[in-house]
Amino acid sequence: MLTTTLVVVASLGYLGLLFAIAYWADRRADQKRSVISNATIYALSLAVYCTAWTFYGSVGRAAATGIGFLPIYIGPTLIAALWGTLLLKIVRVSKTQRITSIADFIASRYGKSHLLGGLVTVIAVLGIVPYIALQLKAISRSFTILLTYPDVTMPNPADSLPLLQDTTLYVALLLAAFTILFGTRHLDASERHEGMVAAIAFESIVKLVAFLSVGIFVTYQLHDGFTDLFDKAETAGILNPLIIDGMNGYENWFALTLLSALAVMMLPRQFQVAVVENSSEQHLRRAVWLFPLYLFLINIFVIPIALAGQLTFAGANVDADTFVLTLPMAHHQSALTLLAFLGGMSAATGMVIVETIALSTMVCNDLVMPVLLKRWKHIPPDADLSQLLLRIRRGAIILILLLGFLYFRFAGEAYALVSIGLISFSAVAQFAPALIIGLYWRGGTRRGALAGLLSGFAIWMYTLLLPSFAKSGWLPAGLLEHGPFAIELLKPQALFGLTGLNEITHCLFWSMTFNIGAYLIFSLWRTPRVDEATQASLFVDALKNRRFLGAGLWRGTAEVKELLHLAERFLGVERAKHLFQAFAKRRKLHDINQLPADAETVHFAETLLAGAIGSASARVMVASVTTEETLGMDEVLNILDEASQIRSYSRELEQKSHQLEAATRELKEANERLQELDRLKDDFMSSVTHELRTPLASIRAFSEILNDDPDLSLNERQRFLGIIVNETERLSRLVNQVLDLAKIESGSADWNAQDVDLLEIIEEALASTEQLFAEHGTRVCRELPDNPCVVTGDRDRLMQVLLNLLSNANKFVPQKSGVVTVNLRSNHENYELSVSDNGPGIAAEELPNIFEKFRQAGTTSNKPIGTGLGLPISKKIVEHLGGEIWAESREEKGAIFTFALPKKKKAA
Amino acid sequence: MNRSTQTRQRLAGVTLLGLLLFFSPVLTLFDKATEWAGIPVSYLYLFGIWLALILLAAWAVEGREQ
Amino acid sequence: MSKKILIVDDEPNIVLSVEYLMRREGYEVVTANDGQEAMEKIAASPPDLLILDVMMPRKNGFEVCQELRVDPALSTMPILMLSAKGREAEIKKGISLGADGYITKPFSTHDLVDKVNQLLQSEE
Repeated sequence: MLTTTLVVVASLGYLGLLFAIAYWADRRADQKRSVISNATIYALSLAVYCTAWTFYGSVGRAAATGIGFLPIYIGPTLIAALWGTLLLKIVRVSKTQRITSIADFIASRYGKSHLLGGLVTVIAVLGIVPYIALQLKAISRSFTILLTYPDVTMPNPADSLPLLQDTTLYVALLLAAFTILFGTRHLDASERHEGMVAAIAFESIVKLVAFLSVGIFVTYQLHDGFTDLFDKAETAGILNPLIIDGMNGYENWFALTLLSALAVMMLPRQFQVAVVENSSEQHLRRAVWLFPLYLFLINIFVIPIALAGQLTFAGANVDADTFVLTLPMAHHQSALTLLAFLGGMSAATGMVIVETIALSTMVCNDLVMPVLLKRWKHIPPDADLSQLLLRIRRGAIILILLLGFLYFRFAGEAYALVSIGLISFSAVAQFAPALIIGLYWRGGTRRGALAGLLSGFAIWMYTLLLPSFAKSGWLPAGLLEHGPFAIELLKPQALFGLTGLNEITHCLFWSMTFNIGAYLIFSLWRTPRVDEATQASLFVDALKNRRFLGAGLWRGTAEVKELLHLAERFLGVERAKHLFQAFAKRRKLHDINQLPADAETVHFAETLLAGAIGSASARVMVASVTTEETLGMDEVLNILDEASQIRSYSRELEQKSHQLEAATRELKEANERLQELDRLKDDFMSSVTHELRTPLASIRAFSEILNDDPDLSLNERQRFLGIIVNETERLSRLVNQVLDLAKIESGSADWNAQDVDLLEIIEEALASTEQLFAEHGTRVCRELPDNPCVVTGDRDRLMQVLLNLLSNANKFVPQKSGVVTVNLRSNHENYELSVSDNGPGIAAEELPNIFEKFRQAGTTSNKPIGTGLGLPISKKIVEHLGGEIWAESREEKGAIFTFALPKKKKAA
Repeated sequence: MNRSTQTRQRLAGVTLLGLLLFFSPVLTLFDKATEWAGIPVSYLYLFGIWLALILLAAWAVEGREQ
Repeated sequence: MSKKILIVDDEPNIVLSVEYLMRREGYEVVTANDGQEAMEKIAASPPDLLILDVMMPRKNGFEVCQELRVDPALSTMPILMLSAKGREAEIKKGISLGADGYITKPFSTHDLVDKVNQLLQSEE
């Protein structure tokens, strides 16, 4: 039996256990043996995302819309995979700047603006209050339901009870007291809440175990597993897990996923556990998959429970939002019922504790402090302000919970749990453009952020909050049906005529359109001011530069005594002294008095204060005791440039390495070209030496034979001596030609430019080769014009070419029957001189290479006597004179070598 | 590419894959009342893909440690 | 019975001088002017030793050497390369293709004769 006493005792016992865990963890933290510095505990603490809304509400939504509860968990799963960059950046910025809340973060990004921090806080409080109301409602409702155990009856609406008899009020007050104990136990307001995180991680385990227990009971005790349950549901006609039907279409499916992906980062409590309470960047890695896995596990049984509930309570008036609790009740499972109740309570308390702590910090630092600072006219009263800070926070916690209670009292019944949650999601999603775009785009300005937040928030109020009031009866229902003043275009739930979306998607679309649009337009309107640009750079480049560079941006005069005094007032004398001492030690100084009043010290003091009162207030406070010189935009940019040397250096390095790569590539190409040239040259050298060695070998061999064999016959002796002489001549010819070629190639040959009549050359050449032809029995034919053919050139060189061609021809013509024909003809601008023979011709494959060095045509049987350099030299000469030389072959009919030279220009 | 960059790239791939599988018309193929082994295919598809993405992310993050 | 030596070179004067030297040593000499001709003569009647030039038309000495070494019947025939190509790499190439000796031109007649005698003796 579950008596009221038992339930109350169990509840208080559970809260006591939580407190014990928190107390223990805090003690451990004081001893520097942190229990929460653990990746798994970090991931579990993130599961504060799963509130009573998940615990009870998912089943309700599943009963109504099938799979429609799922986007709220798929969104976080998808964005969690990006945390390795996105959340890492936020965490790193927050660590270096001692960010205390999401309001502080956004304010800090846009130049530490009080106005922006305040606005974010207001939006957060207004947006979250319904969400807190939802948790209160869940606790009190589940408690009320439990009282009638084992009978399942739905409680009356809360507002039918007198205020002081409403359990919700007491739940709210109890939670406020509990949260104050958790969150503001420490006198030092700037430290992280290790105890709270440990308790939250524990609560995450409790709610998961409770939900899985109910799920397993329902699926495997009440039914025969998933298949059986689905079968029965289908028979009963309640199986409705269709995705798009349940979601009213794709847009909603996508919009809810996007919304929850944003919310999981923008909700103040998520920012608190994920960023502010993060103790090591390393922990993010496990959260990337462990947190989604948690969400997966807590959702597996949502549909089975929804189906089982509908089967069990068919026809009865039982709210699907209560199935997790009422199913064990209906089946008289007292222990499981209690576990389910505690699971729901842990989900609700976890959310309330973290959310109110986060919101109270924001209210204190971003709403109250600025007002106080104004009142003090920048000079704080000479008192210990740390107690004041704590009092402000405690007051804020009570206030927020009471606001939640009031919302629950007056509007809470109009909506199912899930809808209330989504209203809050939509509100905090407004932070996303300013936060996320501002993290990657330097151009975002304070005006842009203000405009974006204001317009997005206005749309949210108009399209979501207003209708919720109208549905609660606070506003005329006609507002929704016909629009204000009967202007259809302004109907809150069909703004500008946009219909066909559900209210959340509708709100998300319009609020984001206005939010992002205003943010961009106003940001582009004016360039960022100095302080905005400074902060923008610190945020945008957070991952590129591990070195914190805020210190370099301050210039002015200060006194360390004043700074310490300031810190003492907000942190307590002892703690401030301790921290300053540690700072001095870090700077290798013995004590505080030696600290120089430089930018670094001022920056240290400001960050210290930022942890306690937020960055915007800290800046104002520090400014009150120092005289800061205003830096010009150029100066700031210069400092930033200098300070981000590491970044630019690495960028430069990258560039350099690219250049190096290119250079290496070029070098490689050049090398290959060089090697190719080398190879050619080497080939030439090798050929030359080969050609030199061959005659030398004969000369040496025969000389040695002659030397060794005195008994040689005279005949042989003369024959061998003849060979030696011939080979020696060949050798000197070769040497001469190599030198000649080298001279021509290097351009150091002497060239006479004179008028030369080709006819004269031909006759002269033929005269000097007459003997040669006669010996070979070769007949020479002339096909020459009558008139002189004058070209400009070097007479001796031209003679050399012609002699070479003639002797070549003679070499190849057959003995006795050889015919060599010399032909000279005029052809437009050129004279063409050809020498043809009736030799074997040149093989087609030899023809293209015939002018290359040491390429001699011919076969072994009629190997020509020559150096292999005659034609290459001829080619060089002709080309030098501006002409051309080529060879043609008429297979078996002989070869024709022709060179063409430009005619001498007639004097005008 | 260093290891942490590689991990980040892989994780971004997981997100993109998730977007593809959850929001492309592939989804509609499974958005039916038909059952497979007694369980609605839509339920199987969504939870299956979901778990697969989580395991992929876990592999991307933890898998490189060996 | 005297040993038969095949001299392959496209330079008639080299052939002449080597032929003279070998005959003087009492060997029987056959000559060829290029690689192709050498292969034909070897196929017709394998010599006891081959003196082989490298740079020749139709088929160069490296190719001849390679072809002979894959033929099991001829793989043990001593080959002495006699070439004007005297670079380290070329000598290595010749040896690795299976030549038993490599003499560069211009050569010492005594070295050539000694090397031939040595190769033919180790053959026995």
